[in-house]
Amino acid sequence: MLGLTAKDARLYLIVLVMLIFAPFFLNPFPEGSGLAQFNAGYPDMMQRLVIFGLFAVGFNILFGLTGYLSFGHAAFLGAGSYAGVWMFKLLTMNVIPALIVSTIVAGLFSLLIGFISLRRSGIYFSILTLAFAQMCYSLAYSVLTPITGGETGLQLALDDPRVLGVTQTAEGNIPVPHLFGLPMNASTSLDIGAWSFTFSVGYYFAAVVFALAFYFTIRLFRSPFGLVLRAVKSNQGRLSYTGLNARPYTLAAFVISGMFAGLAGGLMVSMDPLAGAERMLWTASGEVVLMTILGGVGTLIGPILGAGAITYLEAIISTINSTVLHRWFDIFPEWLENLLVNIVYPFVGSGWHLTLGLVFMIVVIFLPGGIVEGGRKIYGLFSRKREEPGSMPPNAAAQPGPGE
Amino acid sequence: MESIILQLLNGLDKGSAYALIALGLTLIFGTLGVVNFAHGALFMMGAFIAVTLNMVFGISFEVEDPTRTDFLGNVMMVDTPYVVHWFGEGVGNFLIDWSVPMAVVIAIPIMALIGVVMERGLIRFFYKRPHADQILVTFGLAIVLQEIIKAFYGANPIPTPAPEAFVGSFDVGQLLGFDPFAIMYPYWRLVYFFFAALIIGLVFAFLQFTTFGMVVRAGMADRETVGLLGIDIDRRFVLMFALAAVVAGLAGVMYAPILSPNYHIGMDFLVLSFVVVVVGGMGSLPGAVAAGFLLGILQSFASMSWIIELIPGINQVVIYLVAIVILLTRPRGLMGRKGVMEE
Amino acid sequence: MSFSKVSRRGVMKTGAATGVALAAPTLFTSAVWADGHTGFTNAPGEGSVTLGFNVPQTGAYADEGADELRAYELAVQHLNGEGDGGMLNTFSERNLDGTGILGRRVEFVTGDTQTNSDAARASARSMIERDGAIMITGGSSSGVAVAVQGLCQDAGVIFMAGLTHANDTTGKDRRANGFRHFFNTEMTGRALAPILEGLYGNERKAYHLTADYNWGWSQERSIRAYTEGLGWETVNNVLTPVGAGDFSSYLTPVANSGADVLVLNHYGGDMVNSLTQAVQFGLRDLQANGLNFEIVVPLFSRLMAQGAGSAIANIHGSTNWHWSLSDEGSQAFTRSFGTAYGFPPSQAAHTCYVQTLLYADAVQRAGSFNPCAVVEALEGFEFDGLGNGPTLYRAEDHQCFKDVLVVRGKENPDNEYDLLEIVEVTPRDAVTYAVDHPDFVEGQLGTCNPGA
Repeated sequence: MLGLTAKDARLYLIVLVMLIFAPFFLNPFPEGSGLAQFNAGYPDMMQRLVIFGLFAVGFNILFGLTGYLSFGHAAFLGAGSYAGVWMFKLLTMNVIPALIVSTIVAGLFSLLIGFISLRRSGIYFSILTLAFAQMCYSLAYSVLTPITGGETGLQLALDDPRVLGVTQTAEGNIPVPHLFGLPMNASTSLDIGAWSFTFSVGYYFAAVVFALAFYFTIRLFRSPFGLVLRAVKSNQGRLSYTGLNARPYTLAAFVISGMFAGLAGGLMVSMDPLAGAERMLWTASGEVVLMTILGGVGTLIGPILGAGAITYLEAIISTINSTVLHRWFDIFPEWLENLLVNIVYPFVGSGWHLTLGLVFMIVVIFLPGGIVEGGRKIYGLFSRKREEPGSMPPNAAAQPGPGE
Repeated sequence: MESIILQLLNGLDKGSAYALIALGLTLIFGTLGVVNFAHGALFMMGAFIAVTLNMVFGISFEVEDPTRTDFLGNVMMVDTPYVVHWFGEGVGNFLIDWSVPMAVVIAIPIMALIGVVMERGLIRFFYKRPHADQILVTFGLAIVLQEIIKAFYGANPIPTPAPEAFVGSFDVGQLLGFDPFAIMYPYWRLVYFFFAALIIGLVFAFLQFTTFGMVVRAGMADRETVGLLGIDIDRRFVLMFALAAVVAGLAGVMYAPILSPNYHIGMDFLVLSFVVVVVGGMGSLPGAVAAGFLLGILQSFASMSWIIELIPGINQVVIYLVAIVILLTRPRGLMGRKGVMEE
Repeated sequence: MSFSKVSRRGVMKTGAATGVALAAPTLFTSAVWADGHTGFTNAPGEGSVTLGFNVPQTGAYADEGADELRAYELAVQHLNGEGDGGMLNTFSERNLDGTGILGRRVEFVTGDTQTNSDAARASARSMIERDGAIMITGGSSSGVAVAVQGLCQDAGVIFMAGLTHANDTTGKDRRANGFRHFFNTEMTGRALAPILEGLYGNERKAYHLTADYNWGWSQERSIRAYTEGLGWETVNNVLTPVGAGDFSSYLTPVANSGADVLVLNHYGGDMVNSLTQAVQFGLRDLQANGLNFEIVVPLFSRLMAQGAGSAIANIHGSTNWHWSLSDEGSQAFTRSFGTAYGFPPSQAAHTCYVQTLLYADAVQRAGSFNPCAVVEALEGFEFDGLGNGPTLYRAEDHQCFKDVLVVRGKENPDNEYDLLEIVEVTPRDAVTYAVDHPDFVEGQLGTCNPGA
């Protein structure tokens, strides 16, 4: 189907179904129940899941295929965001030009940084990308404030020109980003019994962009180009003996993944038109690295799962406070209730970082290779029962060798 | 001229902190091949050993002082530290005053223990794992350690003063033949510099002149051959890790009076120390030290106001700019060896 | 199964209605709003109303955020008629009687701003979209305040700013749906200058170290303007990176610069470090131009003072509020906060508590949760009894005008909370500036947005 093998087509279909029905299964708990705290089916969350998924999928094109670990990818996300907001400020609130310009700007930016950084490999490459990104962040936060808005972030104003759109709405407010008149923040909700499901225009638009980008990624993974990139990872020296110069290929991969980051940045400001400098900080670059590793480096679905897990943990765990805990445990006698609250409390609310750190450690200790590898193992356990022992395909192939 | 010398002193001071952290990091990085994102956390733990000792000595019992009232109008409770109560004013206050230097002594076994526990309990399972896994697990560990500290000490910086005897400044200028008071430098910062120099010297001497050090250096150069010679290099790794933890911890203890520690002080130093190590060159201890001092000094000079006016923002990016320039002109940093972490 | 359509189109319709309502004479407006419990974002049901408390729970301001959260929880208790009522008993308006807001029980959700515009907006959006919060409040930095204020304007909910001191929040970046109780750098300049003149005279040479971001610049501009007005000379202004940690290379040039006053335009960890290090470098013991060398910290906070330890002794600065104030409102608040948590509240806690009460009162007076009704009720609102003397919420820029405190670090503090003493309560008139002040004139409120 669509030039995909049966296996890839199945994976793509699963992702499509997940995207379309996300508002339903991200909201499994009825409104008003104690567990509604865990619902993630509100527009902002769904949009972030998709956008960070896109960012991680793009990052994985570079890291997963070529093994080059960039520690500065957030700079491209930031550059894309700023470009997007500037389009909103100068041209129009339509998201299409913003997305195109975001992607192009991030592409040019990554061409420049990639061209320089790819002269080195291994840890030296990582530090070069980190240095570039940190410079971008520091300058954006301070000296470049006229362009970036500095600490406050670049935001829209009531007196922006917007030559192809309106400066202000009739009521005197800033117009919202839209797709040919369809506002990104519009939504419709569907109530079934105690459940409420929200369908947001912004989310579905982001999902369509993601679906296209993911299709492109699958094709890229399976293409001869993808094969060369894998060869770069497994043995660059041997590749060069075949007379192939690896650098143009890795640079192409770097630029493509930079453009993915820029597109993600453009989508981010389309959903919420503000670009902050923190987007470029090394922790943001580190986050996408962690997302990819957590999910499974070099796999198609891994980065999506990793991005989802981290985004979800950050947004949901940090909003659980002691009042919520008391509500959960109020069926128990008071001493037990207080005990349980005291046990759980350090891990939620302001302690959400602790939970995140523990998840990182547990996943990497018990599921080497990330969530995907873990899933594969569980799948293996079940399928082994049906099949003859030993006939299971060795899953060590997905494990990157040491010293990568 | 005076301002140049002052910035040089600042740079040496900053540089000694960078060099100490980078030294420990490169021991782990260069010898064990582990990308340790928890190294900043070790520095932070060291700083909090100083904080804790200061607090322990300050543990007090409360006595009612009927002449005064507190903010709610109740009778004021006045704190008297137990150490003062037990040992008298003189000794008690001396203990509180000298808590940071004393923390150096207790930090050595504590940090060594933390290092051993970390290596045996976690890191050793990751020697043969990809760097990606090492990053994830050590980053997770760093967050966990940080959050534990935050849970006990809060997020605000905690003042941890140096002993009264080191308050004030030393007239460096007069020593060099300048006018009196032209170049004054705080005693504690000078102490920090000499302390760092001492530690660096000790580590180098240890690696240079002991059999253990020789084996480790051989292991850094060619692990496989050392293994073939029948030497169990892995067994020595735990000691290396402990040594790295002690160096990082001591850097933290002594830095506490300069920078009031808070729970994320380690993360603030982490990125910088990676840059220092890589600029120095992978697997090179002298490289790490040299890069630490170089970047510290350059950072200080870039902060001079006429330079900032000339190139706005240079003080924010100088370290990264220098790192880029060095890595582009010298492919393996200042003193890096071929083939280490290059793939 | 029912579909409820929430779209931008709806917004426009209600927007038009709003225009009509605003044109109506004020006398009738409460009646106009009273029957409107729909037509705006997150209109609360009959039983309860949800407020969103968005404070830093991780990062450098986590302790300040924790204090803000304590104040919010206290405010919610008092609004719901629990506890001792705190400032409800001293507030000049008597509309709040412990039965919640408009008879609805007050509930709240919390989030983590991480002192990061992106995270703060994401957290605020989740409160609005998922939890149905009708008002967002909190935060400990101006960047976050401006970012969340913009979001609330677009989403159609009220934003009651927490601790934010840069002029921009009610200047260049002001929004109709946003309100600030905290003071700003302009007020700091006006309050501090006369005191500095009295202490240090007119012939001073100042050296500024300024945190290199919006608030730092704003603070430097204000202090420079007012000290130069006294006849002081500004020798130099050096921008320092945020989170620099070691300020030695910025501090060493100060001694030989010919300056005799150092102004530290820093906040949070930067202020703690730069001040302690300035003292370590012996600047306090220096003689320059035949005068004692002095250090000024324009924005003081007790939590920061705690971090700086003994370095704060005799350092002057300004603050929004301090628990040692002797007026009835401050006493009542300090008493309930101290009883509940065992230590006195910070200025961040105070401003957050007051903002919650002011919002509740405005809703009560307007008879509606409609943001436009609330905006109308708060604009030009005069009140007293909340700790800063008679206060005005100015209609033109949604900034509170009230007394500003000038404080000094105590030399021998009795305990770890008793660190600052009040030197002067600068009266409101002295800190009030014109609406068209050049630092503020750029901004536009726009019109209130009730959302859909």
